[in-house]
Amino acid sequence: MQLTELVQKIAEEFEDTPKEQITAITKLKDLEEWSSMHALIIIALIDNHYDIILTGEEMIDAQTPTDIYNIILQKQANK
Amino acid sequence: MSIQAYIKAISYYLPPDILDNQTLAEQFTDWTAQSIEKKTGIAERRVVKKGVLASDLAVKSAHKLFEEHHINRKTVDFLLFCAQEYDYFTPTTACVLQQKLELNQHIGALDYNLGCSGFIYGLSLAKGLIVSGIASNVLLLTSSTLTRMLHPDDKATRTIFGDGAAATLISAVASSSPINNQPHIGDFILGTKGTDDIILKNRWARHPMGKLEPYADKSGSFRSDEHLFMRGTNIFVFILKVVPKMILRVLEKAQLTLADIDLFVFHQANGYILEALRKKMGVPKEKFVIHLKNCGNTVSASIPIALAEAQKAGRAYKGARVLLAGFGVGLSWGATVVVL
Repeated sequence: MQLTELVQKIAEEFEDTPKEQITAITKLKDLEEWSSMHALIIIALIDNHYDIILTGEEMIDAQTPTDIYNIILQKQANK
Repeated sequence: MSIQAYIKAISYYLPPDILDNQTLAEQFTDWTAQSIEKKTGIAERRVVKKGVLASDLAVKSAHKLFEEHHINRKTVDFLLFCAQEYDYFTPTTACVLQQKLELNQHIGALDYNLGCSGFIYGLSLAKGLIVSGIASNVLLLTSSTLTRMLHPDDKATRTIFGDGAAATLISAVASSSPINNQPHIGDFILGTKGTDDIILKNRWARHPMGKLEPYADKSGSFRSDEHLFMRGTNIFVFILKVVPKMILRVLEKAQLTLADIDLFVFHQANGYILEALRKKMGVPKEKFVIHLKNCGNTVSASIPIALAEAQKAGRAYKGARVLLAGFGVGLSWGATVVVL
């Protein structure tokens, strides 16, 4: 799994935000389009692609795609 | 020959007042009517008037069952009432319902408090009563008036929940073995994990009174101890983790595969969650029931409402093998495979 691939997949889930506006260090919750549904969408996305289920708390604490990436790596290592 | 339990008939009742997305969008101005429907799959929900209780909706659904399916109420010999609010601290509401529904006196009647898993648990209890010879016709009433417990400013719950009740008659039938394709309620997988991810804290013995003012928790979720609180993201994670495994386990127990199932009827939580589950398990759309656009999430009534609609549409036909699954407050979950 590459960070760039994850950023791209997350960016695809935002309909109104230009893709180039979402980078590895974008604070997702600061995006105008962000809603609580995006937390669910990202959890489902990661489950589908990486077979890892993030908890609600992890999604609350994660700010950027890089944070999410690090959680996935950590969970994969502990599997 | 053996005695089996099967679902003989279902009717349901929705209260007449409608809460549509336009009305909600006027209150929650950062959402539009279209965006609410897109997020939830729900266009409108039915809501009870002040003073109308879960047992009132249950009575209406039972009357519809007796009329629509020509069922003699005097044949009912056990009454199960599933709700999250009751008429009195005591007596048991099911006892009140015996009298209101003019059922026989020589019947068993009891309440049980469960939410979105309630219908599955009701089927498991009814099956146990029938197979053990205790009862022959179990009237299962699953009813929800959760909109009475939602804070008016909590958009996360007000956009999802609707009120409604379902009456299901589960009856005994003598079957020859193997029972494979004969009408019956099959094996169950049940589960429980006590958490406060969905909770209404006050109004009962542990917290008769508490913090009255609404406040936001760490996730920014709206909280009030006087109203239903739901940690939506945690619930979603729980559903993704538990439900697909439960489905595989119930299929394994029944010695079936996903392809053997004619129809999947899950608790109608919201459109997004149902679609996520369907995709994760690889169930084709034509075998997966989604029925909440015009009624919302009706908690313990949602599965029988969706199943009754699937019967009307010919999707849940006589002899169809249907996988039913409920999951929610508790946390509590359950699944079974039935042949209609």
